[in-house]
Amino acid sequence: MTTIATVLFNGVAYGMLLFIMSVGLSVTMGMMNFVNLAHASFSMLGGYVLVVVTQQLGLPFLISLPLAFVVAGLVSLVVERTIFRYFYGTDDLTQVLLTLGLIFMSIAIVTYFWGGTYQQIRVPSWLTGQQDVLGLTLERYRMFLVAVGAVLALVLIFGLERTRFGACVRACVDNARVARACGLNTELVFAVTFAIGGGLAGLAGALSANLLGIDPNFPLRYLVYLLIVVSVGGMGTITGTLVAALLLGVADVAGKYYAPEIGGFVIYTITVLVMLWRPHGLMGRRA
Amino acid sequence: MSTISEPATDRSTPASQYFAGLARWRVWEILFWVALVGLFFVPDANLPLYGQIVIWGLFAMSLDLLLGYRGIPSLGHAAFFGIGGYAAGYLGKFGWIEPISGLVIAALLAGVIGWLTGRLIQRVSGIALLMVTLGLNLILNDVVHRQSGLTGGDDGLQGIEVAPVLGLFRFDIFGRTAYLYALAVTFVLFLLARALVKSPFGLALLGARENPRRMIMLGAPLERDVTTVFAIAAAFAGAAGALLTQTTQFVSPTSLSFQRSADVLVILIIGGTGRLYGAFIGAFVFLILRDWLAELSPVYWYFWIGLLLVVMVAFFRKGIVPSLEALVRRVRRR
Repeated sequence: MTTIATVLFNGVAYGMLLFIMSVGLSVTMGMMNFVNLAHASFSMLGGYVLVVVTQQLGLPFLISLPLAFVVAGLVSLVVERTIFRYFYGTDDLTQVLLTLGLIFMSIAIVTYFWGGTYQQIRVPSWLTGQQDVLGLTLERYRMFLVAVGAVLALVLIFGLERTRFGACVRACVDNARVARACGLNTELVFAVTFAIGGGLAGLAGALSANLLGIDPNFPLRYLVYLLIVVSVGGMGTITGTLVAALLLGVADVAGKYYAPEIGGFVIYTITVLVMLWRPHGLMGRRA
Repeated sequence: MSTISEPATDRSTPASQYFAGLARWRVWEILFWVALVGLFFVPDANLPLYGQIVIWGLFAMSLDLLLGYRGIPSLGHAAFFGIGGYAAGYLGKFGWIEPISGLVIAALLAGVIGWLTGRLIQRVSGIALLMVTLGLNLILNDVVHRQSGLTGGDDGLQGIEVAPVLGLFRFDIFGRTAYLYALAVTFVLFLLARALVKSPFGLALLGARENPRRMIMLGAPLERDVTTVFAIAAAFAGAAGALLTQTTQFVSPTSLSFQRSADVLVILIIGGTGRLYGAFIGAFVFLILRDWLAELSPVYWYFWIGLLLVVMVAFFRKGIVPSLEALVRRVRRR
C-alpha cells in the first residue's frame, strides 16, 4: 500500500515537471499551429542557466530558478521574433524540420561551451533528504516539485480564465484570424505567450536538472515526452496538458517500477492508442 | 467493342500517349545511372562510402513514395529499415545465407508490417499522424533495446553470415561486391518505383496529395491507396535495411532509432521530394558532408547539419533537384 502511494507520488512529481515543461508548447501550438520541437532546447537552456548561476556565480538555488525563467523567456522571444514568425502558416513538416535543425544547433553550441558530460547540481540542504508525511516517506525535492507545479497550474488556469490577457490568448487559440479582424494585436499576443511558454520550459529545465540530469542530449531525450504530453492532452488546453502530463508521469514511473523489463513500452502504446482513438487529444477540440 | 474493353493497349488514345510520355527516359537519367556504375571503375574510389550512399538513397526513395507522392510525413520510417535489417540479420545468423532470397524475405516482412501500419493510420492526419509513426518507431526501438538476449541489445547482432551473390561473388573487404550488389538491387527497385509513380496509381496518389476531397468525388479509394503505398514504401525501406545488414554483416539498434528516421527525412528534404532522384542526390550530399564535417570537427559537426537544415527550409524549401529543374527551365526559355 505504501509503495503504491510512493510510486503514485513520484509519478505526480514527475508529471508536474512534464507539465511545466510542455504547457507553453501546448498553448503556442494551439494558437499558432506552430510545431516547435526546439521547445525542448529552451528547457535545456534553463538547466544550463542553473548550472552557471549556482556553480560559477555561486548564487542561491532559489534565485537561479527565476533567472532560468527570464533568460529562457528572453531567448525564446528573440528566436520567435527573428525566425519563427516567418514560418507561421507553413506546413507541419517545414516547421518540424526547421526546429529539428535548431535542436541540432543548440546541442552543438551547448557541447562547445560546457562539454558533453552530465552536469552536477547541488540543491540547498533543506531540499535534500526525506520527510515523513502521513506515514509515507517522501523525498523533499519531489514535494517541492509538486508544490511548484500545483501553484503554477493554478496561476496559469486562473490567468487564462480570469485576466484580460488570458481572454486574448483564448481568442487567438479559438480563431486567430477573427481575433485579428476584431482589432486584437495578435502578433503581440503570440510573442508574449511564446516568451512565457519558453520561460516556463526553462524553469522546468532548471527544476529537472537535479532529478533528470542535464547534458547536451537533453532536448532529444525529452522531446518525445513533450510531444506525447501535448498531443495526448490536446493542443491549446492547459487542463488537458496537466491531465496528460500527470497521466504520463504516473504511467512512466509505475511502468519503470513494476515492469522495468518492458520500459517505455507502456507510455508509447498508450500514446499510439490515444492518437488513433482521438486524433485531437483527450481534451483537444477539432481543428 | 474491343477498343472500349481494352483502352490501355491502344497506343493512340490520349491517355496511353500521356503515360508513355511520362515513362520516357531522359538523357540525364541514363547519365545518372551510368555515372553510378562508373564510380566502380574509378581507381581508389571510396566504395564502402558510395555503397552507403546508394543504400541511403534507396531508403530515402522509399520515404519519397510516401511523403513526396502521397504527402504523408512519417517520423518513424526507420522502423521498417530496422525490420528489414534485423530480418536479414536473423536469416544470415541462422543458416539462410543466400543473399537475394534473404533480401526478398526481409522486404516482404517489412511490407506486411507496413501494410498493417497503413491500415492503422489511413484515416489519421496532421500532428496525430506524426505522433503515431513516431510512437510506433519508439516502441520497436524500445523492444529491440530491452530484449537484448534476442537482439544483442546495444551491441547489435553478431555472427551474420552471407553467401556469395549468385554463388559467384564473395563480399570482399574493399566493398567491391557490396557496391555492385547494392547498386543492382537499388536499380531494380528504382525501376519498380519509377513504373509505380508514372502509372495511373501514381497519378491517383499525386491527386490525393494535392486535393483529397476532389479525389474522393472522383471515386478514388483514398484510404486503400494510403495503405497500399505505405506497404510498398515499407517494403522498399526494409530492402534498404536488409542491404545494409548484408553488406556490413552487422545490424544494431541505431538502424531503427529516431535519429535515423530524422536523418532520412533530412536527406529527402535536401534532395527534394516527389522526384525519386532527389533521394539519391540528398543521400550523396548528406553523407559526403557528414563524412567531411565529422573529420573536420568530430564533436560539433551536428551544428552544421542543423544550420544546413534551417537554411534549406528557409530558402530552398523545394530541395536541390526541383530547384535545379526550375533553373534549367528558366535557362531554356531564354
